[in-house]
Amino acid sequence: MSDAPRVLVGVEVHLQLKTTTKCFSPSAYHYGADPNTLIDPVVMGLPGALPVLNREAVRLAIRTGLALGCEIAEVTKWDRKNYFYPDLPKGYQISQFDQPLCFDGGIEIDDDEGNPKRVRIRRAHLEEDTGKSTHDEGGNKSRVDLNRAGAPLLEIVSEPDMTSAGEAERYLNALREIVSFLGTSDGNMQEGNLRCEPNVNVIFANGDKTAIVEVKNINSVRNMGRAIECEVERQTREYHEHGRVMGNTPRSTRGWDDVNGTTVHQRFKESADDYRYFPEPDLPPLHIERRYVEAERADLPELPRARRTRYRDTLGLSAYDTEILTAGPAISAWFERALAGPTGARDAKLVANWVQGELMRHLNEQKASLEDVALQPEELGELVDLVTAGTINARTAKELFRELVVSGGSPAAIVEARGLAQVSDRGAVEAAVRAAMERHAQAVEDFRGGNAKARGRIFGEAMKELKGQGDPKQVNEVLTELLG
Amino acid sequence: MLGAFTPFGADHPLDLPVAAMAARVRDKDDALTAVELVQTALLRIELLDPGLNAFLCVTGELGLAQAAAVDAKVQAGEDPGPLAGVPLAVKDNLAVPGAPMTCASKILEGYSPPTWATSVERAIGAGACVVGKTNLDEFAMGSSTENSAFGPSRNPYDPARVPGGSSGGSAAAVAAGMAPLALGSDTGGSIRQPAALCGIVGLKPTYGRVSRSGLVAFASSLDQVGPMARSAADARALLQAIAGTDPLDATTRPMPALEPDESTRLDGLRYGTVTEFGLDGVPGGEQAQAAVNGVRATLDAAGASSVAISLPLVTSSIPVYYIVAPAEASSNLARYDGVRYGRRAEDVDSLQALYARTRDEGFGDEVKRRILIGTFALSSGYADAYYKKAMAARTRLREQFDAAFEQCDVLLSATTPTAAFGVGEKADDPLAMYLCDILTVAANLAGIPAISIPCGMTTDGLPLGLQLWGRPGSEGQLLDVAERIAEASGHGYVAPSVKGAE
Repeated sequence: MSDAPRVLVGVEVHLQLKTTTKCFSPSAYHYGADPNTLIDPVVMGLPGALPVLNREAVRLAIRTGLALGCEIAEVTKWDRKNYFYPDLPKGYQISQFDQPLCFDGGIEIDDDEGNPKRVRIRRAHLEEDTGKSTHDEGGNKSRVDLNRAGAPLLEIVSEPDMTSAGEAERYLNALREIVSFLGTSDGNMQEGNLRCEPNVNVIFANGDKTAIVEVKNINSVRNMGRAIECEVERQTREYHEHGRVMGNTPRSTRGWDDVNGTTVHQRFKESADDYRYFPEPDLPPLHIERRYVEAERADLPELPRARRTRYRDTLGLSAYDTEILTAGPAISAWFERALAGPTGARDAKLVANWVQGELMRHLNEQKASLEDVALQPEELGELVDLVTAGTINARTAKELFRELVVSGGSPAAIVEARGLAQVSDRGAVEAAVRAAMERHAQAVEDFRGGNAKARGRIFGEAMKELKGQGDPKQVNEVLTELLG
Repeated sequence: MLGAFTPFGADHPLDLPVAAMAARVRDKDDALTAVELVQTALLRIELLDPGLNAFLCVTGELGLAQAAAVDAKVQAGEDPGPLAGVPLAVKDNLAVPGAPMTCASKILEGYSPPTWATSVERAIGAGACVVGKTNLDEFAMGSSTENSAFGPSRNPYDPARVPGGSSGGSAAAVAAGMAPLALGSDTGGSIRQPAALCGIVGLKPTYGRVSRSGLVAFASSLDQVGPMARSAADARALLQAIAGTDPLDATTRPMPALEPDESTRLDGLRYGTVTEFGLDGVPGGEQAQAAVNGVRATLDAAGASSVAISLPLVTSSIPVYYIVAPAEASSNLARYDGVRYGRRAEDVDSLQALYARTRDEGFGDEVKRRILIGTFALSSGYADAYYKKAMAARTRLREQFDAAFEQCDVLLSATTPTAAFGVGEKADDPLAMYLCDILTVAANLAGIPAISIPCGMTTDGLPLGLQLWGRPGSEGQLLDVAERIAEASGHGYVAPSVKGAE
């Protein structure tokens, strides 16, 4: 086994933070607006315009950094990264060079054997996004849309701690999940608010290493995995065929070709641009108080991996329920609210059954999302309480659920107003059972003649007689007595 | 007020101290109006500027509209502010919407800013009326205004000579009486040096005192906007109007107030004489040194005491400055790429060609020279040796100034080694030109305030300037001392006799 080549993967992620305005200007930012409508003098790089730091971007970056297990710098500063490109309006990007806001972190993922493994995060720094260039096909015109320019980005750089495409995918998914639970980013790769660039190389048993390759233009988690697999295969082949290793081959950047499923050489890093970094003179260094960091840390929500462990180990939920109830921040928060009763937590399995069963079925059937549901989680909790207390039976509860999910309202109040409470008066139940037996004398005869199925018909009739509000257990008892 | 429409003459209201001029405008019972003042200034510009080229653009319509608004406020019983009706010349690297902003560069061809520079907006808020945008060295890079793409400005005391730079247009405008107040910017001496060469007062505030929002950046960590005027009192009035923190400039900071302190006396003042600023042995420096010595004698006679100060790092300030300023400039000027605004090269077949041609055609030689120096200084492998070392030297220099101000209240030196030099005299010798900044750049590197005030004339009748340096935030005190020196020495603004003024 030890003779097998080792794969080393690190991932660089650019995460757009979910602020309402840009990183260094009051201009609004959101995805999908008409080109060049979300701009102002700062974004345009007009002469005399100065950047002003958006504190909310720093707050979201710190929250994300904390959730990624990072240290938060006591003093951080801004640096200019200088290069020319039409979608970079000032001719430099405001970034952080040698004093990143967050550093020395790490998150836990499952390795390929399913065991927990920590992937270290070297640094996460805040910077501004660039605009977007599009090039006319055939024609020789290029267009620049500066809407995205200046949006806050957190660049998260991992150590090369992943040893397979699968681990890298799980790392990326874990990262996306964390930021979506935090609400600090949409983490949507299609809309480009999460971009990833894996760097890959291979170490052979004899100690030879291939040159590190960074892959760009990746638009999905799966494609990142494919790109890594493709690189491992390609680098291994070139090593065997041409002896290409680190030392005789420079670091390079390749682009992912989605159509052909391959990576394509873009440039060697040896000829990398000299970005002429220097401290941004327009923005003073930022001193971050420890009290502030601790307050943010205390305010962090439970993160998905910890929540999963708790659901399984403490609440005793099944793996299936756990998976569904932590699939996203919205459903998980909904479940948590339904779980929290007025006098302590409700029975987790009961609540979980309702949420992953009835609620999910409704959402799937109606192709609806949680926001469309009129039923509040607290109301579902109340419904569960009514069943647990024996006030209503399961059938009433389900009917009520189907109504509440559309219209909302207090289940207790509705049960009270409509008199839906279970009939548990022995006399009333007996009367209903006798009435059912009289009306269905044939069924009674059949049952007594050995046809066990006929009993169900009488039971159903008795329940109907009780307008569905009978306690099924009690009805059964009475039926057994009277049928003899 | 028949006389108001003659642009010149004894006791002309446009030649009054700013406070008196504004007081008359604010007085409802006084017939003098802001519109008359602005009309007069415009007339003077029309008559005098063809010989001086101080203005790149005259904003008559804007100035008159602002003046009319001031007069309307007076009529309505509202206070138009302490600069009511005072004509203001604005260096053409400060944004005034509706007017072109060229920075004296071809690269900003056709560009007009959409928003106000905070400093200009605040001056207008205090009642000032903008009469025009003044000439400068391209992007404020220079010491003579000869680096303007639109021709050099001329010194009102001798049109064959330069007015200094880079705020040479503003200095010439004030000195020639075309505007009582002007805004300049000072990155390495660009307010103080032309103020000295044109015989007026120019103050570079503490870094962070005045907002840089709307000032076209040259070297962001050094640039400051400041007042240019005929007296320290006038300069104070303009500085009070424009100073203060600004949410649009993160480098502005709260600073001590600027109110005059009547208790400031020369008696007991400890002034530092910096060994490294001595002009003995500097070619042509005798007259400036003599003028400074004259002021020292006045100070000593008034009871002030001299303290000998050594600031060893001052000798490195020129090389430090010519690393830091071009480095920041190379980055600040990257935005002029022909993509979004300004000049764009025609008939190019690639992006690289668009950049190269636009910038080659748009920038003048001095700007290109500084972009090259700055790009080199920041390059990988060189940044440590140049930029980082220069920044470390700045920190040490600031410490040396701090130590100096523990021994004295202000430092005193000449503003320039010589009076105004001839147009073309140094134009082909960048190094000689850079050395003009030797007495001024240290204030920018250390971020401290410094003021240049008139201190006499050369035997040729050319103005000389005295410079006072203060600790951070001490502009109020510098202005107090400047006023006392003017009173005690009798030195001050002396109107030049300029062609067209007869």
